[in-house]
Amino acid sequence: MDRFVFLTFDGLSRGAVYAAFALALVLIWRAARIVNFAQGAMAVATAYVGYSVADATGSYWLGFLVAITAGLLLGAGVERVVMRFVDHSSPLNGVVVALGLVLIIQGVLGMIYGNEFRPAAAPLSRDAFEVGGIALLSRYDLFVFGAVGAVVVLLTLLFTRTPTGLRMRAAAFAPDVSRLLGVPVGGMLTLGWALAAGVGSLAGMLVIPTELGLHPTAMDIVFISAFTAAVLGGLDSPIGAVLGGLLVGLLLSYISGYLGATVAPMAVLALLVVVLLSRPDGLFARSKARAA
Amino acid sequence: MTALQDRAATKKAAHRQRTRLSPWIVVVVGAVIVVALTYTLPPFRTYQLATVGAYLCVTAGLTVLTGLNGQLSLGHGALMATGAYTLALWQNKFNLLPVGILVAILVTTAVGAVIGLAAARLRGPYLAGLTLAVAVVVPSITSTFDETFNSDQGLSVMLNPPPESMTNEQWQAWLCWGGALLTVLVLALLTRGRFGRDMKAVRDDETAARLAGISVARTQVAAFVVSAACAGLAGALFAVIAQSVSPGAFPLTLSLFLLMAIVIGGLGRLSGALIGAVLLVALPAVAHEIGEAAGSQRLEGNLALTFFGVVLVVVMLAAPGGLASLRIPFKKKGH
Repeated sequence: MDRFVFLTFDGLSRGAVYAAFALALVLIWRAARIVNFAQGAMAVATAYVGYSVADATGSYWLGFLVAITAGLLLGAGVERVVMRFVDHSSPLNGVVVALGLVLIIQGVLGMIYGNEFRPAAAPLSRDAFEVGGIALLSRYDLFVFGAVGAVVVLLTLLFTRTPTGLRMRAAAFAPDVSRLLGVPVGGMLTLGWALAAGVGSLAGMLVIPTELGLHPTAMDIVFISAFTAAVLGGLDSPIGAVLGGLLVGLLLSYISGYLGATVAPMAVLALLVVVLLSRPDGLFARSKARAA
Repeated sequence: MTALQDRAATKKAAHRQRTRLSPWIVVVVGAVIVVALTYTLPPFRTYQLATVGAYLCVTAGLTVLTGLNGQLSLGHGALMATGAYTLALWQNKFNLLPVGILVAILVTTAVGAVIGLAAARLRGPYLAGLTLAVAVVVPSITSTFDETFNSDQGLSVMLNPPPESMTNEQWQAWLCWGGALLTVLVLALLTRGRFGRDMKAVRDDETAARLAGISVARTQVAAFVVSAACAGLAGALFAVIAQSVSPGAFPLTLSLFLLMAIVIGGLGRLSGALIGAVLLVALPAVAHEIGEAAGSQRLEGNLALTFFGVVLVVVMLAAPGGLASLRIPFKKKGH
């Protein structure tokens, strides 16, 4: 029972990261109808930048801020320089270009930093507090919940309460009409990519200390888990992404805890297959978003 | 006027003749060229030639799947791993290579059929995501069942020495190109007939294909199964060339490389698969030399990675028209 409680909290902490990462996927999907397969690699790249700054200055928090800023810039840059020019007549074109970006980013990171795992320290203790002899949460878990929760709240406020959020939604759902009404649709798309990549960087910074550390391919499995979470939520629904992320995190925590860590990736694959084949519209999507 | 018509007619006939070059002739000419090359090239180049042949098996299959049928697979690296591991396990138990290759193809075909059944119900990014997951899962399978697959270290492959009349490299080149030419022949004959037309019809317009009485799901599964068989053969040949298999030999980047190869080579044409296979061997070799010249080990593998990525992005941005065969109907929301 103690173990079950511990695994549940651990799963929610993992799930919060997957939720943030899935949210980033959903943001781009809603804005541009593209699944950004380069998201994991982009997050790793900014995490490298963040940890380089942290090493150079001795301040983790400065590195943390730099990483997220780098994420915002990288997202905007990728949209402006590459994604804007993709021929969207087939959804596969965007996928192929994103996969090309994965190769570029992993290659460049390998050239600069090498292909071995580099240690990445967590800023806060990862020892769990004990309540009545049961290990619950660590300081770091609380930080993860706080950071992801803040992002979810800020994004919700941005999209529902601000004029910019309204313009972004309008640009995504009715680009032609929005353009006629004076909304800078291209700018909104760039902003959407920047926000998504910033959220992805945050997720990367949060998850990398809990995994093996920094490596050009460190986020591959995290990406698959987050993709599964986003698909579980319907790919169109931010709430779905968050709930999907928490569900996937819990599932993976139980499976790693009871069956062994190496089984977890296979469980993600199995879950993805089951979700895609049984509920192809996701648990939370309203209309036929899946037709693309 | 009639002269003009005549000229147009001869032009058309010439064009038809060029595109309808019999695959049998191509294969025979190819075999003669390969045999001639194995007796003229130095051993290392012959080894590279063998590798091109092994790559050609999988790029040809992937060309059919992605180019003609419009299904994007990132799981073909994992399918190659299936073939390679099957061959290794078989060889270490029975040491009977021809049967082993056949078994490797059969096992991979079965695995491909399972993925293909799921793939036939998925489109675009969903299929890509599923196959990506398949590719990422390979190392965790080998470590979970480490008594069979021996985790990250992998397995060595037991092989009999080649016939005395030829060197090891020559034997490898003959074996790989035997497989490659057979693959190309089978695929060319398959895609020229009804199956090829069905696949293109499904790729271009699923609804129309269904109206014309084509079973969309059956065609898609069949295309996936055929290309999986090719990947299984390629994996088995790689295991023979390297004399070992390990998860490190089949990373996600391998699947991305294969995608790059068929995109650059020109989707939908088997000649494009050959160009892609040559590039897959040539570009890393060039990157290796640049890395050595610069004296940097870090540069070596990563230079090829970066270069492949840049090429993939540039080709997709600059020549999307050349990728017309990639198009599958994009159904807008609410229609």
